[in-house]
Amino acid sequence: MRLRSGPNAWRRLLTGLALVAMAITSLGFSSFPAWSREKPFIILASTTSTQNSGLFRHILPLFTEASGIEVRVVAVGTGAAIRNARNGDADVLLVHHKASEEKFVADGFGLERHPLMFNDFIIAGPGADPAGIRGGNSAREAMRAIATTKALFISRGDESGTHKRELELWKHVGIEPRSASGTWYRETGSGMGAALNIAAGMGAHILVDRGTWLSFENRQGLKSLVEGDPGLRNEYGVILVSRDKHPHVKSKEGAAFIAWLRSKDGRAAINGFTVNGQRLFTAIE
Amino acid sequence: MTERQNTTEGPILPLSLHGVGLFRDGKRVLKDIDCRFETRTEDAPGKTFIVGPNGAGKSLLLKICHGLAPPDEGRVIWSGQGAKDPDTVKKRQAMVFQRPVLLRRSTQANIDFALALRGVPRSERSDRVQAFLKQTGLSRLAKTPARALSFGEQQRLALARALAVEPELLYLDEPTASLDPASAHMVEDLVEQAVTRGTRVIMSSHDLAQTQRMADDVIFMHRGRIKERATVLDFFNAPRNDLARDFLDGKLLWWRRRSIYGSEGEPCG
Amino acid sequence: MDTFLDAFAAAFALIFAGDAALLQILSLSLQVSLSAVGIAVLVGMPLGGLIAMRAFPGRQVLIVTFNALMGLPPVVVGLAVYLLLSRSGPFGVFGLLYTPTAMIIAQVILVAPIIISLTRQTLDALWREYSETLSSLAASPAQSLVAILWDARFSLVTAVLAGLGRAIAEVGAVMIVGGNIDNITRVMTTAIALEASKGDLALALGLGLILLLVSVLLNLFGHGMTRFVANETVQ
Repeated sequence: MRLRSGPNAWRRLLTGLALVAMAITSLGFSSFPAWSREKPFIILASTTSTQNSGLFRHILPLFTEASGIEVRVVAVGTGAAIRNARNGDADVLLVHHKASEEKFVADGFGLERHPLMFNDFIIAGPGADPAGIRGGNSAREAMRAIATTKALFISRGDESGTHKRELELWKHVGIEPRSASGTWYRETGSGMGAALNIAAGMGAHILVDRGTWLSFENRQGLKSLVEGDPGLRNEYGVILVSRDKHPHVKSKEGAAFIAWLRSKDGRAAINGFTVNGQRLFTAIE
Repeated sequence: MTERQNTTEGPILPLSLHGVGLFRDGKRVLKDIDCRFETRTEDAPGKTFIVGPNGAGKSLLLKICHGLAPPDEGRVIWSGQGAKDPDTVKKRQAMVFQRPVLLRRSTQANIDFALALRGVPRSERSDRVQAFLKQTGLSRLAKTPARALSFGEQQRLALARALAVEPELLYLDEPTASLDPASAHMVEDLVEQAVTRGTRVIMSSHDLAQTQRMADDVIFMHRGRIKERATVLDFFNAPRNDLARDFLDGKLLWWRRRSIYGSEGEPCG
Repeated sequence: MDTFLDAFAAAFALIFAGDAALLQILSLSLQVSLSAVGIAVLVGMPLGGLIAMRAFPGRQVLIVTFNALMGLPPVVVGLAVYLLLSRSGPFGVFGLLYTPTAMIIAQVILVAPIIISLTRQTLDALWREYSETLSSLAASPAQSLVAILWDARFSLVTAVLAGLGRAIAEVGAVMIVGGNIDNITRVMTTAIALEASKGDLALALGLGLILLLVSVLLNLFGHGMTRFVANETVQ
């Protein structure tokens, strides 16, 4: 038996509850943003590999101390970071795929691309070196050898800077690995760290930026097999998101951040970041 | 007879039903119900009993009077006027069901709950709760979970809860049907006391001896209709209706008019 | 196997050092999830009760819908909320993206169906039992709702703990709408994901163990409280 007494009573009850719900939820919303409003801040859209290297933990406090501005890093894949910036959900963009960055500026979402720093990629793989590429100095030839021997290769498959570089390398040697996807070529659709975990677990080859590689702690049997090829140079650019498309962007603070990064202090901070005595990124003059 | 204190705008009795009918699952269960329950006075009856075979519609009649089910046909009229605010009218009544439904709380909390719903102030509530616990012999069990009580004690609690709100009209649906004799006796006593205090009682019963003992007047129902209404003496000594006569002779416990000694009697559902 | 042992070691080390970063992340996890569950309860329990008590057209459809929503993938909810709160989205003006508020919103969406469905189911049976008596006592719909919510409180605590478990354990939604920003929106689950992606599996597992411990403590507290209250009143 369902209650069928006066409809007014039910409507009153429902309205009352709806009002209570709205009151509570609006209360919640009004106080919570206050948690984060202690200092002026900007949102930096960057990549997981850059964050995982530990660079931000090193240099950002230095900037905050100098300027009083907090930098909040949202680290996702390069493609996602660019999308976030396009949506106006970030004030500054820092990624490592020049072509995408230039398109971002050309489409009017960014003011100007500044080359900031570089490191390099390496090709890591199983210590047993099934494709026979260890010590080689040509990335392209190494990739060709991997395809020929059908050695296991993990691709990030996520439109990240690393992924795009990997695809360019395959293209240069005229190989389309995605037709072999699922056999020796495995696409994980994940961040650098997750892909490395998988490569380590499977004993597979993988293209990885030096920063992530040096700070990655789960290498298991993986070794750096090919490095030093100029073709593996990995350049990072920083861009201020344009106010034209997104008037709310914090241009002043964002510009201050970029200026600091390119200043003497910023460059010193970048260059001074080391892991096990090895420098991870080199600032561009 | 003690003066009844009315906290609302006046007594809700007399209650009259005109042409009331009810359907359940597409089947007709009550038809052409016309009856009237007068205010309690020196001469007017205090206890009306409703009797009849299973399925006659006794419980449904009580529920319609109480406002638990709206009639599909006809009208229910209070105080000779149109329908007052149904909740106000309901609050001047109380009902005891055949199986007591108690809240999952302590004995005293159950009574307290009913009083709180009536808006009785907290200070007054605890005194009234204790008074009615005492009257129903449940003081010792005040803090016990109501569900842990015996069936007889639970029914007494249901009655205490009903009496505590000092209703003008008290309905009871076969309240002693499954009780042990001692509890049944106590329930009957409590009903009598309530009547003495001025409550009008309408009670259904399967127990003809109980009816004869307690009723002032009797309504006899059969298959959804009221067949006869008379004072208790007239009903038991000289029933006018054939069916009523058969019923009193014990022949109408079954759906059809067959003797209980007949070969094809079926019990009613 | 070593990793598991390292995980335990890492967990103990963090706990005993009273690591400040850990405490900050842990407290944010609790704030976000408890707030989300609190809001879901305030909105969802009365709603579950109303659905149990009242007949209305589409009631069955609503029941089935909420049951199905219990299985919403957190990452899908995260994406949906991201699209809503993004600066390019309809509610971008509020600037809620990448704040704890956004995380709470996403978790409310995840937890509410659980609270609503479990409340409805618990109260369904109770209402069937009580409705005639409550009607006889002239209880208004509001009074009836409060009465059955109170009488069912022990079963409802289980529903709340189920919702809390879901909230505190999910990572897909809070990662996308929170951004895992250090000191601002990093919670236990996103921190675990981060450490795993850095390859520091022992630390990730260690954090996981701590989260599990907190979860166990919350459940013990919840059940302990109901038993404590039960001693005074009714089971």
